[in-house]
Amino acid sequence: MKSGRFSLSVTIFWLGIFFLYGPMLMLIIYSFNASRMVQVWAGWSTRWYGELFQDQQLMSAVGRSLQIAFYSASTAVVIGMLASIVMIRFTRFRGRTLFSGMITAPLVMPDVIIGISMLLLFVAMAQSLGWPAQRGMLTIWIAHTTFCVAYSTVVISSRLREMDQSLEEAALDLGATPIKAFFLVTLPVISPAIISAWLLSFTLSLDDVVIASFVTGPGATTLPIEVFSQVKLGVTPKINALATIIIGVVSIIAFSSWILFRKIDQHNRAAARMAAQG
Amino acid sequence: MALAAGARRQQHETSTETKKTLLSIEKITKYFDEDLAVDNVTLDVRQGEIFALLGASGSGKSTLLRMMAGFENPTEGRILLEGEDITHQPPYQRQINMMFQSYALFPHMTVEQNLAFGLKQEKLAKDVIIDRVQRMLKLVHMEKFARRKPHQLSGGQRQRVALARSLAKQPKLLLLDEPMGALDKKLRTEMQLEVVDILENVGVTCVMVTHDQEEAMTMADRIAIMDQGFIQQIGSPVDVYESPNSRMVAEFIGSVNLFDGQIIDDQEDHMTLHTDELDADIYIGHGVTSSVDERSMLFALRPEKTLMTRERPEGDYNWSSGIVHDIAYLGGHTVYYVRLPQGKIVQCFLANVERRADRPTWDDPVYVHWASDSGVVLRS
Repeated sequence: MKSGRFSLSVTIFWLGIFFLYGPMLMLIIYSFNASRMVQVWAGWSTRWYGELFQDQQLMSAVGRSLQIAFYSASTAVVIGMLASIVMIRFTRFRGRTLFSGMITAPLVMPDVIIGISMLLLFVAMAQSLGWPAQRGMLTIWIAHTTFCVAYSTVVISSRLREMDQSLEEAALDLGATPIKAFFLVTLPVISPAIISAWLLSFTLSLDDVVIASFVTGPGATTLPIEVFSQVKLGVTPKINALATIIIGVVSIIAFSSWILFRKIDQHNRAAARMAAQG
Repeated sequence: MALAAGARRQQHETSTETKKTLLSIEKITKYFDEDLAVDNVTLDVRQGEIFALLGASGSGKSTLLRMMAGFENPTEGRILLEGEDITHQPPYQRQINMMFQSYALFPHMTVEQNLAFGLKQEKLAKDVIIDRVQRMLKLVHMEKFARRKPHQLSGGQRQRVALARSLAKQPKLLLLDEPMGALDKKLRTEMQLEVVDILENVGVTCVMVTHDQEEAMTMADRIAIMDQGFIQQIGSPVDVYESPNSRMVAEFIGSVNLFDGQIIDDQEDHMTLHTDELDADIYIGHGVTSSVDERSMLFALRPEKTLMTRERPEGDYNWSSGIVHDIAYLGGHTVYYVRLPQGKIVQCFLANVERRADRPTWDDPVYVHWASDSGVVLRS
């Protein structure tokens, strides 16, 4: 470590950083390119940002994607929480191992398979039940919920497993019914896991292109599908501008949550020191 | 090890006899799948006493406590609280509160909110709750910490809050699960006496579970010694220490020297035992009612009642020669390990009442002896 500035570890560190962030840096720089041609540099400009907001089709795809991500994440978290409680708290029921194995199966299942099986299911249901009559936002929402449930269950159940079960027992002991004990004690204690499960599901839903393109229908183009189809006709600097905005928003969220958690951590440490001194 | 035998307790021993029963455990048995955890336990807890369930881990004491709280259902038997059958009542309907080993303070609530939690479930008026919380804080000397969260408290403070929370609902019976388990040794001794003071102040009946015999003896009026799901003996700290009823109890509580012997003579007022392990026979100052055909007995002698001298004791009974095998100086007292002629090693505690007294040292020839009423005869 002490062997000068250009030691091996430092070199590898910078190579790694470049490998991870080089492409993004290129994207950000080219989003300010005045030229229409991606390969040609024609000076700085914010022209494409202006054009981006003019593009009704792209903007409505953004809105739709956010909407679907919000619904999917919320549904997935509720189902994931119920599944976790069943898995962790009700340890003795028939087929528990099978159930916990199957609920996380979508984690390892290729998107193509999930997408195609969802499509087949929706088609069969439309023919036999008449519902869902048309594929669109609803079917994307359902499809996204299914794979987000797998992720939420993993996140929430690990937190629930760590939680001291005597907290719930203490609530019961103090006169709370099981339902009240859940809402007053269990839910607040596992809330950080619920928030991170929601954020994870939201991101996954926003990011998905494969499953969405299988189960989408007319008038329900999500952002990734829109971007993908536009890029097929040639990369426009508008997409670069959009990507740059997304990177910016994500960075701000990540950075501010990091600051927040660090503050909470410092607060807790100070409190612990105070407690130790009596 | 010298055991503190209930500092405050002696004056209570006579009065508890007359007090009425609060909790009755009737023939409780608990199986976990195929494993027997609690085996046909019957016991009564009297109004106002501190009752300790003492045993090693896996002895079933915690399971028994959890059945009192309502977290486990007994396989067989009944639990009565003031004559009312509560065996299958859920925990939130029982007038029994528990202090958990981990304290189980709600991490997202302040000390005040933790204390108010149980009272809010009873739907008491707001001012009643505030008043009760204030009294509880005062009781455990935690007024200054009302607004703190549990993670901002030290171990001892958390314990006080947990105790106050379990007392806030004024339960008929308080259960303590390893109350000192999470504290370090020094704090533990301090808190034992303080907790007893608080409990006496409130006048609540209490059942505690512990694996620490010193803790049980310091805090409890009566102790039940559990082994493999079964209650071996119930009695006051003095009873279980001075008059153990079995080899298991004698060995579990404190240290003991045990000798296998045969009855030579069993009279109304005395008996004599012969053992190959000692030079002289054992003379006991009282008779033992034993069946005629059972001649084999066990003689249990506590190390602090085993005396050691350089001179040969007078009389024909209750002594043996030996050599000092090992010495453990513990400050307050010294433990001598004396090897008897047949190779058995006995322990002998000597209180260090003088500084640097002239004491036998390694490999010195010595004699051990004891009074005729020092030991206990057990059926082997």
